[in-house]
Amino acid sequence: MNETPTHDQSTDAVAPRERVKRTWQQTTWLFLKSAPWSARFGLLVIVFYIFIAFFAPVLTPYGESEIVGPEFEVWGEEFMLGTDNLGRDMLTRLLYGARNTIGIAFATTCLAFALGSILGLLAATIGGWIDQALGRFVDILMAIPTLIFALLLLTIFGTAIPTLVAIIAVIYSAPVFRISRAVAMNVVVLEFVEAAKLRGEGLGWITVREILPNIMPPLVAEFGLRFCFVFLLISALSFLGLGIQPPTADWGSMVRDTATLITYGDITPLLPAGAIALLTVGVNFVVDWFLHKTSGLRDDQ
Amino acid sequence: MNAILKMVLQRLGLGALTLIVVSIIISIGVELLPGDLAQEILGQAATPETVAQFRKEVGLDKPAYVRYFLWLGGIFQGDFGTSLANQLEISQLIGKRLQNTLFLASLAALIAVPLSLLLGVLAALYRNGIYDRAVNAITLTSISVPEFFFAYVLIIILAVNLGWFPSLSNVSTDMPLWERVYKTFLPALTLTLVVVAHMMRMTRAAIINLLASPYIEMANLKGIRKFRIIVHHALPNAWAPIINVIVFNLAYLVVGVVVVEVVFVYPGLGQLMVDSVQVRDIPVVQACSLIFAATYILLNLTADILAILTNPRLLHPK
Repeated sequence: MNETPTHDQSTDAVAPRERVKRTWQQTTWLFLKSAPWSARFGLLVIVFYIFIAFFAPVLTPYGESEIVGPEFEVWGEEFMLGTDNLGRDMLTRLLYGARNTIGIAFATTCLAFALGSILGLLAATIGGWIDQALGRFVDILMAIPTLIFALLLLTIFGTAIPTLVAIIAVIYSAPVFRISRAVAMNVVVLEFVEAAKLRGEGLGWITVREILPNIMPPLVAEFGLRFCFVFLLISALSFLGLGIQPPTADWGSMVRDTATLITYGDITPLLPAGAIALLTVGVNFVVDWFLHKTSGLRDDQ
Repeated sequence: MNAILKMVLQRLGLGALTLIVVSIIISIGVELLPGDLAQEILGQAATPETVAQFRKEVGLDKPAYVRYFLWLGGIFQGDFGTSLANQLEISQLIGKRLQNTLFLASLAALIAVPLSLLLGVLAALYRNGIYDRAVNAITLTSISVPEFFFAYVLIIILAVNLGWFPSLSNVSTDMPLWERVYKTFLPALTLTLVVVAHMMRMTRAAIINLLASPYIEMANLKGIRKFRIIVHHALPNAWAPIINVIVFNLAYLVVGVVVVEVVFVYPGLGQLMVDSVQVRDIPVVQACSLIFAATYILLNLTADILAILTNPRLLHPK
């Protein structure tokens, strides 16, 4: 909702004066300056998390699953945030958790997008019975509640991390298929696609070079949203003891491990839960801003 | 009237078809298992004889479609098969737990629906103000926060520090109603927090959509009070989207109970399902999935049909 002009409007200056040349740093800076406070906060949070995810081994005093003290030690000098149910340092595990939880959720989202958007683009470009069949199949997939479907599939296939990633990616490729097909449908009917078809370009060229660049903004925004959902689902599954398995440090299972402390008024279990909440809130703020900027997709007034 | 009937019947048919396909997916999912289910359950140490015996017992020696129809036929007679973990009848395991889960979901709905309607109308009334912006931020936050975070915050504040409610809800069906409500209150409140923001926002959006229309402007020009305009003029036309979003959120509630039940050790269907997934008790998981999925699909179907039925334009065709 900010009226500050962005870099792309600097080109339509009326006078034939020399176009202001900006380095990419400057354009990025201008772009960021136009962001509302919520989006800036979100960006800050995301950068902070990425930093921690990359530098966890440097920042942490102990090893990821190293038992360093008595169980359920309180917050203090030696263990800043106390220890968990096995005597592992809470702070260390929190920092490592950023790496594991976010990494797995990110990989899952990427896989879901690869699968969903490719199928969606193909369905939109080819049309016909392939489009119909995929569409109906996705309708059915989406009629089953996500968590229940994930639980069912985890029972059948077991709870190893690659299985978990594959299962959740397949489940979430359904909504991705839907949105990428929907936005691609609007582009497929345009003249330049028609022209490309008449030129005799192949299917790959049409989808990747003609359609994909035109549907990127909604897809990027959708990526942010889906990442949040995937992240929350994986955390919920880990919290239920069915997601990322020990000894890997992961926020969902850390909440589960330290949950008994809550009845003594100790807020330690809220830390990993809060870490999850903060990241998703941050991503949502950024996505919200991005959507406002690029399209009216989520304008519900 | 004929057009409506046709649309409703179409939706019903589609819903039935979805249910059937979903039940097929749930029951045939086991077929996708790499290797043999019996071997998987009994472990590598099992002799071929025990495996064969087990296959016969569970009916795995029959072809998949026969098993599907046997399974489905059993369910229509209230027979979900037997649990692999403890050899109990699944229908016995499920019976009271399903009641508990429905009780929790209804209590949450009872709190959440009136609350979100009220807050939504208020947000529409005072739109573009501080209150409205707060609503916006809270909505975004509440869809981003995991259920267990809300649950533990509520436990810390209301159960541990203030001591108003128990942090564990060990309810049973033969408790007096008041005690049951008291013990279910915290889980219900958690679920309320999860769904209320979305419902509120949609209520607000539905009403604001209408506020731009000419007849509302007319009412404005006549000098009717704002509150009356919203409640008497805008709300009746906004019912369709609002009902839709309410039922949609109820469907979400039914699924959202799983995590909340585990946090509060509430003896419901979700808890049973999670426990069964841990020991890979496939028949129980299938039964629970089917119940959850069917409830979810039926509620969404209801939302669809109610949206058709409450749409004034469809009720009075030209």
